[in-house]
Amino acid sequence: MNTIYILWLRQMKKYRRSGLRMVLSIIQPLVYFLALGYGFNSIFQQAGRGSYIQFIVPGVVAQTILFTSIFWGANIIFDKQFGFHKETLVAPVSRITVMLGGALGGATIGVIQGIVLFFIALIFGFHPYNLAGVFTSVGFMIMLSLAMVSFSSGIGAMVNDMPSFMAATNFLVVPLFFLSGSMYPLDNIPGVMKVIASVNPLSYAIDAMRSSLINQSHFGLTTDFLVMSGTLVVLFAFSVFRFTRIEA
Amino acid sequence: MENIISVQHVTKKYKEVIAVNDVSFEVRKGEIFGFLGPNGAGKSTTIKMLTTLLLPTEGKLSLAGHDVIKEQHAARKIFGIVFQDPSLDGDLTAFENMQLHAVLYKLDKRMAASRTEELMKLVELWDRKNSLVKTFSGGMKRRLEIARGLLHHPQILFLDEPTLGLDAQTRNLLWNYIQQLNEREGMTIFFTTHYLGEAEAVAHRIALIDHGKIVAAGTSEELKQQTGTDNLEKAYLELTGTSVRDETLSGADSKKEAMRRFMTKR
Repeated sequence: MNTIYILWLRQMKKYRRSGLRMVLSIIQPLVYFLALGYGFNSIFQQAGRGSYIQFIVPGVVAQTILFTSIFWGANIIFDKQFGFHKETLVAPVSRITVMLGGALGGATIGVIQGIVLFFIALIFGFHPYNLAGVFTSVGFMIMLSLAMVSFSSGIGAMVNDMPSFMAATNFLVVPLFFLSGSMYPLDNIPGVMKVIASVNPLSYAIDAMRSSLINQSHFGLTTDFLVMSGTLVVLFAFSVFRFTRIEA
Repeated sequence: MENIISVQHVTKKYKEVIAVNDVSFEVRKGEIFGFLGPNGAGKSTTIKMLTTLLLPTEGKLSLAGHDVIKEQHAARKIFGIVFQDPSLDGDLTAFENMQLHAVLYKLDKRMAASRTEELMKLVELWDRKNSLVKTFSGGMKRRLEIARGLLHHPQILFLDEPTLGLDAQTRNLLWNYIQQLNEREGMTIFFTTHYLGEAEAVAHRIALIDHGKIVAAGTSEELKQQTGTDNLEKAYLELTGTSVRDETLSGADSKKEAMRRFMTKR
């Protein structure tokens, strides 16, 4: 328990010391929010779908978490590269502990970024459906972040160089994000896209966020929760498995 | 004297190469043991197997009676290690690196605090305890690694080319610490080096590995006698030949090497 805490604390200290990077990583989703939110707002409203700003905020919060978390594994590559990894590998602690300490650190950072974006959205006039929903959405943020960080840690444990890591994650992150309903409603899209979106776990995360923040749901909150739990378990197991197989 | 490190018929095969081929040797408790050999001879592979980082293909390795495969956690508590490349977290302070190590090895908080102070004073880094490690020079990092490797009172200290890339002053200082520790705490030291003069000066016994096999073992006097030479360097060349080796890196190492090149290019 102590070991998990100190490894989590390590990530928090590194995050706090990262200075400008902390601010920069919020810029990209913020641009999505402002440019698309205000850009499409009037068209969306003319189509009778209400405020696009309301609609896009849950998607952009999920995006912030997705992008922060899925590249988390880069830290494992850096630890391998700069050698710190070996310090944990020869220590009398299990690999699961090492994985969990780092992953919880990564997930915490992901959720913080998501919450920061949520507050910025409030300033720009976003109004959540109710307070209970806001707390529910934080629960989903944690699940999403943990799932993505686990996945990314697993990839980080598998490969040893940054180009391969970036290739693997970039290959996945763009389709995951754009085919998830983060930017558009899923009800009137072509059949093929609908099928893809319905097998994309991120769709359920975004739907859950939208459901809890603005009370609009496509799949239903229970389905969202079940799919996300399943995804989390599978990705966590994948990561633990890859961690136990690391050799120096 | 009892043996603290025992390696019996150990072989490590990679896909095409046999890095270590049926190697057996013993290190006695309290000994300073030099493990020498040309590049790619199997030194690092052997250290990695002894320190639980690699599984042997065949054979048995034990540290203070604990099998390194079957009793991994127990074996890990027995040794401290200073790797060839730094293994510190540069974004943490020197003190935080020590603190993290103390928790990983489940040390008592108060004891860890006093031992940290004692060791950081020994390696003359106590004044810099709150500086980020990335601001340290190579020699300072190596000193901190040694202090960290000693924090949990290991019975054995592994040093993989501890003086590589350091100036003569720092090398001298390091060996002084190490000899002190060996005498004061009876700590067993297992080291590799390419500086044969160092090995001759400090090692009680030496094993020579080449092409994955032990080719000679004994005190430096014995090795010199055996080859009819008057210094260890000559004895070494006599035993391992004068041809230059191409080092084949193991899978992970070669990828790391590629990464290092990629990073420095940018």
